[in-house]
Amino acid sequence: MATPEAHLSSPPSLPLVEREGPSREWKTFWSNPLAWIGTILLTLIILFSFVGPVFYPASPYTPHLNAALAPPSAAFPLGTDSLGRNNLSRLMIGGQLSLEVGFAAAFVSMVIGVGYGLVSGFVGGVLDAVLMRVVDVLYSIPSLFFLLFIDSVFKPNAVLLVFVIAMVSWFGVARLVRGEVLSLKRRDYVEAAHALGASNGRIMLRHLLPNVMGVVLVSTTLQVANAILTVAGLSFLGLGLPPPTPNWGQMLSDSMNYMFQNAWWLIYPPGFAILFVELCVNFIGVSLHQAFDPRLRR
Amino acid sequence: MGKYIVYRFIQAIPAMIGVTIIGFFLVHIVPGGPAQAMLGPKATPQKIAEIDRIYGLNKPLIVQYGIWMWQLLHGNLGQSYFYNQSVWSLIAVNLPRTLAIVGIGILLAHVGSVILGSLQAYWKNSWFDYTATAVTYFFYAMPYFWLGIILILVFSVDLNWFPSGGLSNPLNPHPGFGSWVAHTTLPVATMAIGTIAGWAQYMRTSMDETLVQDYIRTARSKGVGEVMVVMKHALRNSILPLITLLGFALPSLFSGALFVEVVFNYPGMGLLFWNAAVQRDYPVILGIVVLTGLLTIVGNLLADLLYGLIDPRIKYS
Repeated sequence: MATPEAHLSSPPSLPLVEREGPSREWKTFWSNPLAWIGTILLTLIILFSFVGPVFYPASPYTPHLNAALAPPSAAFPLGTDSLGRNNLSRLMIGGQLSLEVGFAAAFVSMVIGVGYGLVSGFVGGVLDAVLMRVVDVLYSIPSLFFLLFIDSVFKPNAVLLVFVIAMVSWFGVARLVRGEVLSLKRRDYVEAAHALGASNGRIMLRHLLPNVMGVVLVSTTLQVANAILTVAGLSFLGLGLPPPTPNWGQMLSDSMNYMFQNAWWLIYPPGFAILFVELCVNFIGVSLHQAFDPRLRR
Repeated sequence: MGKYIVYRFIQAIPAMIGVTIIGFFLVHIVPGGPAQAMLGPKATPQKIAEIDRIYGLNKPLIVQYGIWMWQLLHGNLGQSYFYNQSVWSLIAVNLPRTLAIVGIGILLAHVGSVILGSLQAYWKNSWFDYTATAVTYFFYAMPYFWLGIILILVFSVDLNWFPSGGLSNPLNPHPGFGSWVAHTTLPVATMAIGTIAGWAQYMRTSMDETLVQDYIRTARSKGVGEVMVVMKHALRNSILPLITLLGFALPSLFSGALFVEVVFNYPGMGLLFWNAAVQRDYPVILGIVVLTGLLTIVGNLLADLLYGLIDPRIKYS
């Protein structure tokens, strides 16, 4: 479920004065209960995946063939999979990869999108027209097409997956940033910087970039949710990361094979794990949106 | 307005050409062509070369692109390597099936999210609003394929109300309308639930913004009934974002349909594309990419134009 948020938020009119201290935006953000719920729950999930294995060191790889497909018990709190591997350990370790790839892909797509949008909006003219048509073209090709192909050319690994997902998700950010820059670059302070002899690079980095970061932050947060879903979806289609290292999407798609044996302990945990991360990230994204979009501030 | 439409159409042409270029070259750059997929482990360099010659894959890429484009401009998408059918006839069989689940799904999603979002905005900050928001967030965060799996688990495995997949029962030689409904209910429900969850929040925000406008207050003070205020005055303006959303949502609906079709083993465009990608059936892959690209571009264009048609305040020049 992609988030078309980017297309709807019109450029907010940002304050002309230079900000000081922890801004009003962040205060608004933290006054929202959704922001707290999202942040706390996400922290717990991250701790579960990265610190959990320290306290629950059972191996996610050791097969217990005499206890294959066992329902939850004292020995295996979340049961075992078809090879008798501990499902709780797999859930913890699986989270690491899913979260790492999700956050990294969102970050890379943000960097590409911001850079592209800044240059396109700031330079304008023919270059802008060409760059934006390129975005139109990329936008019109189903991203699954790219994913399927890049994935089948190279042996998938985590780093490649990060770049592949970033490659198909930066267009939204680029459009958003370009729109912002178009309206910002006519502001008085940009004129003033020009008059003072600031270089184009300096104006882009020091004057425009900080002012677009609000919108970028919102869309990047939602991008994290998208990226984690994409990783899960690709694994579901059998294009994700190769075994043995588990990840949630792959665990979910494996569990489908045992649907008719009603192996619910394999189907629900990875699904809810993905769902909760999505929820948290969306909560944080929405709170950021409300805090940074002046039209929504009350 | 007329000038604007022409301008937008002209702008869409390079985008469409770009789609064909990127699609074509990406497909052909990938190592391991259809010959490899067809012959499997029996592949010898001679056999591969022969199949490549039959399909014209030994010509320089740019020549192949030229031939393909020439056919495309004549409305010919080529012949599938595997099905012994033209790409058009494959699309003609599969597209209506996908349109059925996506179309009905979207229709239900539109109606559902307009009703839900409007009521939420009308009773803003009530228990109804909070519950509906929580539920929509929950479903919005749910991956399409997992939602599908759960629906199968509940309605097919446990309750045995609907078949778990496919388009018809192989034991039933004359599947009628009832069988069709039974087989499409769960896929349609998956599409609709996932989409409503995202759209209802847009509708809520939009209706919320509309209900505080001056003209709504004017209508109310003139004694217009609450139902008419919402249905006639507010709805017309607050439904705008949903219309644009539909135009922009096409690519994501396509991938949504792919997941739904894979989960339910429902033979539509998504499954066709998926199988073609696995088999390296270049003409089929490219045909679908070009078609979805075209639909996306036209969708964006229509969303733009509809926006102006419904909202007289927007003037194109």
